[in-house]
Formats: sequence, C-alpha cells, structure tokens
Amino acid sequence: MNWWLDVVLRLVVILGFFLLVPLLVGQMEHKAMAHMQGRLGPMEAGGFHGWAQLVADGVKFAQKESVVPADADRTIFQIAPAVALLPYLVVLVTIPIGPGSQVGVALDLGLFFVLAVMGVGVLGTLMGGWASANKYSLLGGIRTAAQLMAYELPLLLAAASVAMAAGSVSLNGILDKWQWYWIPWQLAGGFVFFTAGLAELQRPPFDMPVADSEIIFGAYTEYTGLRFAFFLLAEYSGIVVLCLLTSVLFLGGWHGPFSAHLGWLWTLLKTFVLAFVVIWLRVSYPRLREDQLQKFAWTALIPLSLAQIALTGVVKVL
Amino acid sequence: MTELPGAGLVKGLATTFRTMTRRSHTVQYPDQAPELAPRTRGVIALIEENCTVCMLCARECPDWCIYIDSHKETVPAPPGGGRDRTRNMLDRFAIDFSLCMYCGICIEVCPFDALEWSPEFEYAEFDIKNLLHEKERLGEWVATIPAPVALDDAAEEPKEIALAQKAAAKRQAELDKPAPPAPGPEAPGTGSAQPEAPGGEG
Repeated sequence: MNWWLDVVLRLVVILGFFLLVPLLVGQMEHKAMAHMQGRLGPMEAGGFHGWAQLVADGVKFAQKESVVPADADRTIFQIAPAVALLPYLVVLVTIPIGPGSQVGVALDLGLFFVLAVMGVGVLGTLMGGWASANKYSLLGGIRTAAQLMAYELPLLLAAASVAMAAGSVSLNGILDKWQWYWIPWQLAGGFVFFTAGLAELQRPPFDMPVADSEIIFGAYTEYTGLRFAFFLLAEYSGIVVLCLLTSVLFLGGWHGPFSAHLGWLWTLLKTFVLAFVVIWLRVSYPRLREDQLQKFAWTALIPLSLAQIALTGVVKVL
Repeated sequence: MTELPGAGLVKGLATTFRTMTRRSHTVQYPDQAPELAPRTRGVIALIEENCTVCMLCARECPDWCIYIDSHKETVPAPPGGGRDRTRNMLDRFAIDFSLCMYCGICIEVCPFDALEWSPEFEYAEFDIKNLLHEKERLGEWVATIPAPVALDDAAEEPKEIALAQKAAAKRQAELDKPAPPAPGPEAPGTGSAQPEAPGGEG
C-alpha cells in the first residue's frame, strides 16, 4: 500500500513538472526574446505582463481543426506527435532532482537509458515528415535525420567522458562522485554536450529542419491544432530535459550550499539558467546552413569530444 | 590586431544581453498616448467663418475629396449710400477622408486660413461612408488645433509682426509730435500684432 502511494506520488510530481516547467521556459522565451529585441512581448493575456499567454495559446490550439492530409499515412501521421513528446516524459522519470531518493526511478544504467530514449524523440519528427505526403515535410524530416546522425555521436562521446570520470553510468552515481573541479575538467565536454543537444532539439541556430524561410516549417508543415501544439510542447520539454541533463552531468546537479535540503532548488536554478542560455543563443545567432551544420558536427564537435575523453582518461589514470 | 576566433559570437551575445537590460521601445498604444511629432497630419479642421467659398481647396485637391456647396445672398447697401453687394454663403463643406491622401495642399492653398491640420487621428469608422466629415464635424476638430511651433532662435520675424510693429511705430510717432493731447484711444501694439491663425506654414 505504502509502496503504491510512493510510486503514484512520484509520478504525479513528475507529470506536474513535465506539464509546468516547459510552459515556464516558453514564457521565459516570449519575454526574454522580446526584451532582447527591444520589445515587451505578451502584455495582455492574464492581465499581469501576459503571464497567461501560453494558456491562451493552448486554448487556441485546442479549438483548431485537426487536419490530416488526404495522401498522408494516417496512423503514422497521427501518432508522430506522441512519439516526439512522450520520450521526454519518460526521461524525466530517471533524472535525479535532489540528493538521495529524490528521483523517480534510480536506474543503474541511467545515462544509457536517458540518451537512448532522447534519441527516440527525434524519430517523431522524422515520422511526421515522412507521413505528411508533402515535399517540404519530407525535406525537413530528412534534415532531421541527417542532424540526428551527426549530433548523436558527439552527444554520446561527451556523456561518456563524464561516465568515465565517475566510473558509473548511473546518474545518481555520477552525482555522488561529483566534485567542483569537474566543471573546468569537463568544460569542453559540457560545451559539446550542450551544443549537440541544441542541434538535436533543432533549436536555432541549428534549426535547419524547420527553417521556415526555406521549407515552410519542415516536418510540422501539415500539422494543425493540438498535434502541432504537441510538437511545440515537445521542443520545450526537450529544452528542459537537455538543460536538466547538462546541469546534472556537467554542473553538479543538486550540489551547492545547503544541498541536503535545497538540492532540488539548485537543480532547478541551474536548469533555468541553461534554458535562458538556450533562448539567448536563439536570439543572438542566425541559422547555420545545412552544410555548415554538418561540418560543425564532424570537424569541430567530434574531435573536441574525443579530446575531452582523452583528457578525462589521462587525468583518471594519473 | 587580429581578433580571437569566436570574438564575434561573444559580441553578438553581449549585444542582445545589453538590449535586454535597457528599456524597450514599445508604446502600449491604447493605454499610453503616442508622442506625435509637431505638425502631425492627423485630420483637417475647418474654421467655417474664415471660408469665403473661393473653391481653391476643392480645385487643388489632387483626389477631389472636398465637396463645397454655396449660394449667394444680397447684402443691402449701407445707409450712407452705395449699392447692394452679393456674398457667398457656405452651405456645405465636406472632406471625404476615405479619399484624402493627407497631402495638405488644401491647407497650403487656402488664402484665409480656414483649413488647419489637427494631430487627432482616432476617427476610424466601421463604415467607410462615415469617413465623409461634414462641416459640423470638421468644425469640431478646430478645438484640437495646436499652437504654432515656436520659431527658431535666429529666424526672421513673421511678416505679420513686422507689419504690425511698423504700424505701431508710425502711430507712436504721430502721438509724439503734437505734445498736448491726452494719450490716444488705443495703446500701441494692439490690433493685429499677433499672427492671427495658428499653424503658420513654414
């Protein structure tokens, strides 16, 4: 009985986190991006500085007709948004928020699990692009696939460096071993992980798959209503998961003053700072060209992550 | 000096961050009145008494959006003698703001300063027909005509003031010559010393 209560409580907290935090990041994007461009952003919805803008957006999306193109592969087209969204929910279950038992499920293979499931999320976009029966969607889907191929490798290599340093692939195990000097030690790895993660999420400046000035909206071109909203939600959940993972692997997660009681607050704080950086990068940089994108992955990020692994190995042996 | 690789990227981040810390440029319009430039061309006001139905404005209007109707009335001869005069009476003066292109030629061309710019711009309508402002509506805008913009420091005096000062000096000279009589009926410098209508062009 107690065990069931414990499980249900954890899942409810995680679901609440999953539903709330991406919206907070989205609202932060609205406001931060506006102010970085000398604008105010939403001001009307909800009264105070447009706090309810995303709620209003959600209501709008729910009212819209959900259209499936006549030539589309109906089933695949309809389940693609769920495939894009749900992996991030599953990933959240295994990420430790605070010390000790403040984690949904403490997996021994946590890091492997997280990276594998995150890769599935990208498949949702690919399915949507393939099933839409639209050349722009197909182009977007194929670009997504190319991006996944190029950036999954540096992502894994950078994460492997941390796992080597800790001698564990369990996220809790990594955090237990974590020391402050890991930040400079794993700096290059952190950069590679964060950048490659951004590219996997197709966030600007790596948003070639949705480049709206070239291929309309990539794989999402044919989507309307709630299904489209789910894709957008998947993007913001992706940001949250990426920032959470980066802070856990490279910034020490819940480590910080008073971490015994306020560990979860440190994790959240680091996550939101990283989410702000994600938004900041989007505002500051123009989109890369498709070939630049590939070149950056294969000639910059992968050598850098290999160098990081070598450095980790050398320090570990010494 | 060669720049470090990536210096441009950092500069870009710094620019957006700096912009974020400054005040945004947005004006929350319906809640907050916009700051309009002096001599803003919002709407055209009609000072009906000044109009002599000369029709210059209607003829100069590039898109013919001014409608004027009038009739003639006879003014009886003054008691001293002379003959009856006819006079144009304005019946209708209307500007169709759905056609008007706000060029201001009618205002420039009016010899009697009967038309003036007002900065008011909130007269949108649900029906395009209601953008035809009759002379009553055009008269309501008169209250919103701003005072003329002050002259530059080194600018020449307006012609009206120069003329009035000349006349005043002349009268003063006349008053000064024969010493005995009491001060004249009018103090110097009154009369048409002010530039009469607001909105001096140029």
